[in-house]
This record gives sequence, structure tokens and C-alpha cells, in this order.
Amino acid sequence: MAGRRPGPAVILLLLLAAALAPVSSAVRPVSDAHRSAAAELFVPSADGSFGDLESTYEAVRTFQILGLEKYKSLTGKACEFAAEKLASPSSSAAKDLFHAVRIRGALGCSVDTGVYDGVVARLKAVIKDTNSLLEFYYSVGGLLSIKEQGHKVVLSDAESTFHAIKALSQSDGRWRYDTNSAESSTFAAGIALEALAGIVSLADAEVDPSMIGVVKNDIVKLFDTIKSYDDGTFYFDEKHVDATEYKGPIMTSASVVRGVTSFAAVVSGKMNIPGEKILGLSKFFLGIGLPGSAKDCFNQIESLVFIPLILSLPSKVFSLTSKDQLKVEVTTVFGSPAPPLKVNLVQVLGSDSKVINSENKELQFDLDNNVHHLDIAPLKIDVGKYSLVFEISLQEPEHETVYATGGRNTENVFITGLIKVDKAEIGISDNDAGTMESVQKLDLLKDTKVALSANHLQKLRLSFQLTTPLGQTFKPHQVFLKLKHESKVEHLFVVPGSSRQFKIVLDFLGLVEKFYYLSGRYDLELAVGDAAMENSFLRALGHLELDLPEAPEKAPRPPAQAVDPFSKFGPKAEISHIFRAPEKRPPKELSLAFTGLTLLPFIGFLIGLVRLGVNLKNFPSLPGPAAFASLFHAGIGAVLLLYVLFWLKLDLFTTLKYLGFLGIFLVFVGHRALSYLSSASTKQKTA
Amino acid sequence: MPRGSSDARLLIQSLSNAYAATPTNLKIIDLYVVFAVATALVQVAYMGLVGSFPFNSFLSGVLSCIGTAVLAVCLRIQVNKDNKEFKDLPPERAFADFILCNLVLHLVIMNFLG
Repeated sequence: MAGRRPGPAVILLLLLAAALAPVSSAVRPVSDAHRSAAAELFVPSADGSFGDLESTYEAVRTFQILGLEKYKSLTGKACEFAAEKLASPSSSAAKDLFHAVRIRGALGCSVDTGVYDGVVARLKAVIKDTNSLLEFYYSVGGLLSIKEQGHKVVLSDAESTFHAIKALSQSDGRWRYDTNSAESSTFAAGIALEALAGIVSLADAEVDPSMIGVVKNDIVKLFDTIKSYDDGTFYFDEKHVDATEYKGPIMTSASVVRGVTSFAAVVSGKMNIPGEKILGLSKFFLGIGLPGSAKDCFNQIESLVFIPLILSLPSKVFSLTSKDQLKVEVTTVFGSPAPPLKVNLVQVLGSDSKVINSENKELQFDLDNNVHHLDIAPLKIDVGKYSLVFEISLQEPEHETVYATGGRNTENVFITGLIKVDKAEIGISDNDAGTMESVQKLDLLKDTKVALSANHLQKLRLSFQLTTPLGQTFKPHQVFLKLKHESKVEHLFVVPGSSRQFKIVLDFLGLVEKFYYLSGRYDLELAVGDAAMENSFLRALGHLELDLPEAPEKAPRPPAQAVDPFSKFGPKAEISHIFRAPEKRPPKELSLAFTGLTLLPFIGFLIGLVRLGVNLKNFPSLPGPAAFASLFHAGIGAVLLLYVLFWLKLDLFTTLKYLGFLGIFLVFVGHRALSYLSSASTKQKTA
Repeated sequence: MPRGSSDARLLIQSLSNAYAATPTNLKIIDLYVVFAVATALVQVAYMGLVGSFPFNSFLSGVLSCIGTAVLAVCLRIQVNKDNKEFKDLPPERAFADFILCNLVLHLVIMNFLG
């Protein structure tokens, strides 16, 4: 796959890459995810085209490289689309002709000789007239494509065209777009190199070798401007990212890669480019991952044609117990199988980069599964982390000119195994002499239930051995002894390990304070764990009845037990709101009846008045005093009405405001009315 | 107990005879007092029957009646010609006081009624 058209350029570059490749880290190959991404990115419109000719060419070319069947179904329409443009070469721009020719070349559409003659004439005319780099690029590219499709095209004035393009180059290896432009561009450099390569292959005579040498020198300078990331990724980008023709690093790098490879393909002699930069560029294109736009996808895929083989491990964890085989897959970056090759394990490095094994072992090739495998048992490596160094060598010499093996490959692997636990003992001793009173053997393969008792003058001893499958002492990451009191107070002790065994002695005399003077039953648990240990365990050992002295006054209190986070942060109990229950009301009829009943005394009052013979004879008969008397009564009525309104809807302030006015009025008319009555009665008396 | 009942009848008779001599305006006031107290009693009976909720309404109702009855009694004292100490006070002035006090009392009552 990597060499659909493996020109000498590819070979040259790949040889360079292989020769100078540093230890390459694994890069994910192009996968089916890429294919589906490409299929999604290049979506033809309703008429089967991809917009303009350029997009169509990019789609066709991407599908072709990725081996997608889809592009074949496009053939008819895309060919037609291209043919339309080619039918009238004089009216089309060089750019359109260039893309149309390339589409036909890529798809292998049937060629009409007459049409191409017109196109060739038009493109040659463009080359003569123009001084723009893009015009040169399009017309030379178009001619080259026509030549590749089997037409005889010769550029007679190749030398002068070469000079015209070279005149646009800058001292730092960049190119200008045309003679008037002040800006130099890396992208343009890639285009120019591709155009120069085209001219060299179209030329009827050998191009001046000294000129070629100058261009090679330009390429070296261009690679001096390459940019890099820390992880060894290299890419090209414009010096001034605010330039008007800014394309972004993907397009720029793709342009340079295309230009340099096509130039290297047509000239003889070695290009002096550091291999690490070529690998770095490959990494850059692979590192994009799944491209986001159709243009990026095209540039990525087309530039990835020059990527070395990739070595990868399906699994990086191996178990000594199940006698796993070390399996290695070698694929091209496009995920297809590699050619016949040998994989050697050259070195095994320990976690501290110490060489464990430097015997050269060849991996067996399993043709069915396309993996190289090796038994790990003969390697005599123990559990732990290791770095394996592989070397790939191609079996057939001619493949060495197509594939690059990427030099040494280092893979980190992890070996696990069963750890043997034995000689486990637990006991209580009385004094420093260590005379064990009650030593019990423990079987740590299952939970045990030893029952021990001790006071604060005694000591608890626990010891055991851990050995790896190869018989060495194993030191796990975690070895803990846990004592858990009835009141859930826990104490963790790290069990120290020596070269021979793990042993812990708990002197309770020194621990009484740590134990908060808590006597009683302690549950014992032993935890041994390591990532490389397949039988990591947490065993309940039994319990210990501890008799500690009474706590003195100032003894520290046991810490409060951690609150269950659920009860602390979990949902609170629902708040049920208690409202005052409405008072029991009497039946409506009863209340209405009593309302009527309150009227009874009033009726009685009226009847009483009638029987007493009350009359209104004393009411003033003169119009003036009568008016005042009426107003007086009306005023009282108004005040009472105001009170009713106050009860029903008014507030106190409004009421008092009205009451103020009414009161003044009432006092005035009341005084007039009553003083009239008073004077009248006085007159009566005196008369 | 025929004797006792006749005594009581005699007593009531003499009382009503004596009362008949009371001036009409005082009788009107008496009637008003009786009316007010009777209304208060009706409300108290209602309270006894269904409970004191809402208590402020009950209080304002009863106190309105009792208050106005007390004011009426005061009026009666001032208007009565036999009371020498109020001889200089004209009954119109006493009535004006009665009206004013009633208005103030009922403003408070209305505020308390709820």
C-alpha cells in the first residue's frame, strides 16, 4: 500500500528515514476509523460532484489511497465533470485544467487525444506568459499529468522556465508567489519544488546540473526552518502566520513533502535531509489523528504515503502463570500487513534501564494471525516492568527500497505472575528475648481465624515470605497489617520487608497511646498487593484480645469515625411543613341564627321606645337649626359608615384621615345643633 | 309559699310604681342599656355554644355592647336631675360627651374586630 507509485523519491526518503531513525515511539496506524472519516468528510452533492474540480480531485485521490471502493462509483460523473472543463481549454483557467487532467489521470478515464492537444497548447501558452508561481505550478503539473497518462509532451524551453521559477526563490529556501510579491512562503516553496520537478521530467534535454544543485541546497535551507514539538514531531509552517496566503501547518507541510519528494524523484543523487525530520513529519501527519476537514484529510492521507512500518503489541501485559506469548504485530501505517520480515528481540531493559538480557532472539512468525510471537519463559525474566527493544529486518532485499523499518522499536511491557506466600507465622511474645509463647502457622491462601490475646507488656509478631516464580524475594507495593477495634477505630501498619522475609513486631507498650487505651477485640487483616502480583490478597487473620491499661486523664480521645459521605452529602429528610389546623367553625345556620338573635334586643328596644311614647317633637322646626340637626345626625351616620368601611377594607391611616375631616364637621354642626337645643330648653324653663 | 310570692309581687309592684315616676328620657336610656346588655348576652350565649374562636371578634362584639351600656349609664347619671353634683351640666353637653365617647369606643372596636 505504501508504494502505490513508489518512485525513487520515496525510496530515497525512506532509506534516509530508516538509516537515521531514532527509537520511534508507537504511532497509531491509519485505521478503518480513518476510512469512515474520509467517507464522511467527502460527501458528494446531489449531482455527484464535490463542488469544484479541486475538491473532486482531493476526494478521488483520498479514496484511491485509502483503498475505498467508493471512488470507483464516482468515476463516471467525475470523468464527465473533468471532460466538460477540458472541452474548451482556452476559456478555462490553468488551475481548472490542471485539476481536470489530474482527475482523469487518477481515475483512468478514457482519453481523447484531440482534447489533450488543445489543453497542452493552452498550458504551454500559460507557461510562456506568466510570472506567477501558481500559474507555473498548475500548467506544469497539468502537462506532467498528461504525460503520465501516455501522451507525448515535451517542454522545449525547459531551461528558461526553470530559471523563471528559480528566480522567485529566497535565500532562506522559501519562495515568493510572483515577482511583485514581497512575502515569501513555505507553502509556495513546496509548490515551486513540485513545479521544478515537473519541468525536469518534461524537459527534452538534461537540465543544468548546477541548477539542480542550487535547488537541493535550497531544500536543505528549507528544512532548517522546520518547526518541532517536544515529542520529536516536525512540521512546516509559515514564518508569518498573518500572511495573506496563510494555509496552516497541515497544508504547508503537505505541500513541502509533495514538493521535496517529487523533486527528489526526478533528480539523481542523495538529498541531504536529516532522517529524523522526515520521520518527524510522518509523525506529524499521523498525530493529526482523524482529520476534521476534507482538505486536511486529503493532505494527511496523501502525505502519509511515505510512512514507515509500525510495530505494535496487541497486549502489553503478560502473565507468567498462563505462559503468555510475546506477540508483536508489524503493519504499515495504513494497517495492512507488512511484507515478509524478521522481528528480533535485541534487548530487555529493567524498569531502571538496566540491561537484563541482551541475547538476540528471533520471533516466530504466525502466518495465519499475522503476528510474530516468542515464548517469554526462556527469557528468564521475572515479574515487573520491562522495556523490550525490537529490531525489524526485511527478508527480501527489494522491499528495503519500499518500506522503512523505523530502526529500533522500544515497547514497555508488564510481566505478572503468581507470588508464592509461605512461612507465615503469627504469635505473641512476652519480652524482648522474643520467646514466643504461642506461635501459630498461618495459611495465607485463605482466611484464617486465629484467636490471640495480649496485654500491653507483650508483643505481636507476624512474619511471612513472598517469592516470585523465579524464586526471588518479591517486594510488593503494598503490605499492610490492619488492626480494627470493635469501635471501628482502625490502625494501619506497614510491614517492612527485608531481603529474606516480611516481619512486623508490634510492641503494645509503645502503642497504647496510639491505640487510645482502647482494650478489647481487634480484628487483624493483612493486605498484600502489587500490580504484577496476580494473587494480591486481603486476608482476615483472626482477632486479638488486647488488654490495655486504663486511660489517664489527658489521654487523647479516639478520632470521630468518618461520617458516611452519603449521610453527610446525601439527600436530607424531607421537611414536612406543619400548618395550623383551621379552627373548627360552627355550622353556618347556627351563626346566621345568632346573627338574627342579636337583632332581637334591638327590636325589643324599638318596641320599648314606642311604648314609652317617644316622639320627635323636640326636633327643631326652624329651617336653620333643623338643617344643622339633620347634618349632625348625617355626620354621625357618616362616621359609623366610615367605621364599617374601615372594618371591610380601609386601613387605619386612611380611616383616621377621613375621620379627622368628619370629626371637625361633626363638632361644628353638633355644637350648633346642641347649643340650639340647650338654649331652647333654657328658654322653656325661664318661660 | 303563697305569702312569699305575694311579697315578691308586692315588692316588684312597689318598684315598678316607683320606676313609673322616672322621667321618660331616663327610661329611654334604661331601655338602651337593657338593649345593649341583652345583645351582649346573646353573643356570650353564642360563644358558650360554639367556642371563643375568633376570640378578638367575640371580645369586640361583647365589649362594644358593654362599653356602650356603661357610657349610657354615665349619661344617665349626668342627665338625672336628682343628681345635684351635675346640676350645672346641661344634658346636651352630656349627650355630646356620650356621642364622642361612643365614636372613640367604636373606632377602637372596629380596629379590634379584625
